[in-house]
Amino acid sequence: MKKFDIIVIGGGHAGIEAACAGANMHCSVALITMDKFAIGRMSCNPAIGGTAKGHLVREIDALGGVMGKIADRTGIQFRMLNKSKGPAVWSPRCQSDRKLYSQEACKLIVSTTNLDIIEANVIEILSENKKVLGIKTSDGEIIFCSALVLSSGTFLNGLMHTGLKSTVGGRFGENAANGITQSLINLGFESSRLKTGTPPRLKKDSINWEKLEEQPGDEFPQPFSFQTEKKQFPFQRQVSCHITYTDENVHKILEKGFSQSPMFTGIIKGVGPRYCPSIEDKIVRFADKKQHQLFLEPEGLDSDQIYLNGFSSSLPAEIQLEALHKIKGLEDVIMIRPGYAVEYDFFPPHQVDLTLETKLIEGLYFAGQINGTSGYEEAAAQGIVAGINAAAKIKHLPELILKRSEAYIGVLIDDLVNKSTDEPYRMFTSRAEHRLLLRQDNADARLMKYGNKYGLIPKDLYQETVRREKLIINGVELFNNIKIHARDINAFLVTKESAEIDSTETISKLCKRPELSLKEIIKINGTENIPLVQELNDDKIALEKIEIELKYEGYINRQQEMVERLERYESAKIPLTLNYSTIKALSAEGREKLNKVKPRSIGQASRISGVTPSDISILLVYLKS
Amino acid sequence: MFTDDTIVALATPNGSGAISVIRMSGSNSFSAIDKIFVGKKRISEANTHTIHYGKILDGEKNLIDDVLVSVFRCPNSYTGEDSVEISTHGNPLISKKIIEALTDLNVRLAEPGEFTKRAFLNNKLDLSQAEAVADIISARTDVSLKGARNQLDGILSTKVRELRDMLINASSFVELELDFAEENVEFINQDQLLKKIEIIIFEINTLLTTFSFGKIIKDGINVALVGPPNVGKSSLLNYIVKESRAIVSDIPGTTRDVIREEVSINGILFRLHDTAGIRLSKDELENIGIRRSQQTVIDADVVILIGDVFTGIPLELVEKINGLNANKKIIRVINKIDLESNLKPVADIYISVLNGVGINLLFNKLVQISNGSNVYSEKSAVVTSLRHFDCLKNAKESLLNGILSIKNKISGEFIAVDLRNAANSLSEIIGEVTSDDILNNIFMKFCIGK
Repeated sequence: MKKFDIIVIGGGHAGIEAACAGANMHCSVALITMDKFAIGRMSCNPAIGGTAKGHLVREIDALGGVMGKIADRTGIQFRMLNKSKGPAVWSPRCQSDRKLYSQEACKLIVSTTNLDIIEANVIEILSENKKVLGIKTSDGEIIFCSALVLSSGTFLNGLMHTGLKSTVGGRFGENAANGITQSLINLGFESSRLKTGTPPRLKKDSINWEKLEEQPGDEFPQPFSFQTEKKQFPFQRQVSCHITYTDENVHKILEKGFSQSPMFTGIIKGVGPRYCPSIEDKIVRFADKKQHQLFLEPEGLDSDQIYLNGFSSSLPAEIQLEALHKIKGLEDVIMIRPGYAVEYDFFPPHQVDLTLETKLIEGLYFAGQINGTSGYEEAAAQGIVAGINAAAKIKHLPELILKRSEAYIGVLIDDLVNKSTDEPYRMFTSRAEHRLLLRQDNADARLMKYGNKYGLIPKDLYQETVRREKLIINGVELFNNIKIHARDINAFLVTKESAEIDSTETISKLCKRPELSLKEIIKINGTENIPLVQELNDDKIALEKIEIELKYEGYINRQQEMVERLERYESAKIPLTLNYSTIKALSAEGREKLNKVKPRSIGQASRISGVTPSDISILLVYLKS
Repeated sequence: MFTDDTIVALATPNGSGAISVIRMSGSNSFSAIDKIFVGKKRISEANTHTIHYGKILDGEKNLIDDVLVSVFRCPNSYTGEDSVEISTHGNPLISKKIIEALTDLNVRLAEPGEFTKRAFLNNKLDLSQAEAVADIISARTDVSLKGARNQLDGILSTKVRELRDMLINASSFVELELDFAEENVEFINQDQLLKKIEIIIFEINTLLTTFSFGKIIKDGINVALVGPPNVGKSSLLNYIVKESRAIVSDIPGTTRDVIREEVSINGILFRLHDTAGIRLSKDELENIGIRRSQQTVIDADVVILIGDVFTGIPLELVEKINGLNANKKIIRVINKIDLESNLKPVADIYISVLNGVGINLLFNKLVQISNGSNVYSEKSAVVTSLRHFDCLKNAKESLLNGILSIKNKISGEFIAVDLRNAANSLSEIIGEVTSDDILNNIFMKFCIGK
């Protein structure tokens, strides 16, 4: 009889994080996949990070996850997005070598102790008395476990569409997973369908590159991981992406295929992501737009394939090819594989708790696309939370629930649980109401304490972070107190076209002026000779963070105050056993939603869609009974 | 115990009565009351469960009212926080002024049910109380649904929703640039964004100005009748209310007190105050009356300056009233036009109380002048609640901050904070705004998805 502490089903980005977190927390873990060579395979674009997604990767890394490390080792172009904006919305992104990424992920899994890979096709989830027992494979084998993380991506009853042809499968060339959905429905779960799509892959040599606009990476690339040695980075040769556009001729050709579109003819029932529409969808919805931007992204350093970002399509292959030939630079292009749409089962996420454990079956966790999200980073973020919580439950450690004011991961899971979703959910910075506090550069300060608590972060790295945080606090305090005299600084201010001061001004106040940098101000009048400032000069990261804190202090404080004001509602707990049906005064919809979600706090209850402010008042009052 | 912000609200029904009670709760309750209360003892030094007599002064040190302040120290209060209850004379104007004085001191208006919320959060409510309060809360919702001002409220929330949608629209342009920088979408330029926000501010301002009219709907208009003795002020009042309450005689200076009558003209409540003739008298009793008259003029929204065909309207009287309050709305009326006179005095309205001539003209003028430039129609939104007024004011302030940030070319995520705060303030009137609203707007309007 095989028994593991934790079974993880699926070797995608969620599964990898869950399996590694569980194993590194000293649980015995089995990662079950239908194809062990598909571990860490990037199903869609060969890229990690992006706006808000880059934040997620940094947070996963601060918790002790692996996505950032793998991305750093296999990235072939690194860019910090939004660099022209304030630091809160800077987002790291990289192009990855698709093959290397998967190899590196596989290597990491294999080298992790306590972690076994099992190649099998799971057909049933087993449980007893609302508690998970294990799984059954298509060979009839039963494997037992204390906790189960289900991260099956697009594979549950996966159905791929190109034109009016549909093929059973979860990803090009791979089988679908059938059976799991039905076994969960039998246990009382509610499932629904979603759709996502991917663009055609093109042959590199057949593209007229000289006609295209080049988009190089950053001159000084930054790694994702707090643990990546800067000296070795970047590990791979760096390459460029290219940009081209569709035009009205292209659109006309695509329109010819609409009668054979699985989307428009109603063959596809699942809801697709609005922020990542297919090219045919864009033409219909934005008919007045005469061109659409397309990115040609390299699939890898020695790959002969190019990924055409922005041209996701499920039109017939011959229409896709005909349209491609009308695009500048793609006149002679060879299409290696057409774009396709894939439909799959997901389980509306109000069925999981903030720990990602399902409310119906104890010990069963859902992570990734099964919860209705899209994107590698969103999946990985859930994977690490599910993995940590599964292991924490086994080891009797406190559960991990991140607050909305603490992490994008907290926003992600809170949104899923409270608002559920009926389309693929993607992270955006605008989803985070405390955005200014959740910077990618301070993910370590925000979250490494948890990584440390669960033993997923090296001790010395954590101590280094703690030391730096202290240094930052002391630095801010110091600069609040050091005053500079007018006679010492006015000449400098004139050179910076900055208003002169009358008598004295603190360094903090001076630093708030956009035209002045902290580095320059501390050069004035021997400030640099103060021992603490010398220490800061040796730790550029700390100095940079202090500068951000000082420059945006007013805004940061205002957000902080808002967090504190809301905190009391977050800390007003609701017992999970509360039966809302007995509270007559609640609105009918509020009662139904509260019964479904079973919020943990008044704050969480107030975010559930359909629960009104007066429901909350009634709840507050009722709870004292 | 929560040590953060302090809240205030009227605890008794908004209307006239023997007394009104204002409740304030939070850690700053005592320091705030001490700033406006003058009594034998500072409230911050008073014992819990004691009552203190004193005066409440406004920001300019003018007396608002004589009050009793009850002190409840944490945790022995309804909310479990430091609290005071201020008992005032039962006039909604007084309570409104006191609440305004407090909100100027970093105390904010309580949201509906918030005292109870705090009481609950501080573990102060037991079962029976809780159930009672729950009943009250739900009952209030029902009443407000069926209430007489349902229509007005509906119109206001429609208007606020419209503003919120405009704001969400403006926000989505800011967010678009932050979340979709890599996409090939056209971003809004600074001038366009400023324009969008300025339009919203303009609309909010329009709503804010209706508050004075909203107050009229709720509280009525105070009208002072002022004029030299014996020109027929009391006769006019009597005529209007068709009731002989004021003493009418030929001897100058008969009216020694302020006589008040309430009448409804075109559905608007007018509170008419007949004053003692404003002049100097050797009669002590009459002088007291004169002082009261002056106070009546100060408090009035509209002054009817009345003279007759013999006296005209004495210039010094106009100056005196302007001296009391320069921005008063004044209607100049000449009475006794049934009598022959050589004078041809200048006025707005000419009447004869004796024959009832010109009174309708006076009514029309009253209605017109009290509306100011706001021609009230049943279709336009009117702000009648101080809480709504406050929300709108906060929204406007956030938007002005936003404009400043845009002009200073500060990055979008900071502007977004101001716009979000403004949206939150508006949503306090009508309900929640989520980031989903903004994203929905983005997906609806822009071609996203590379």
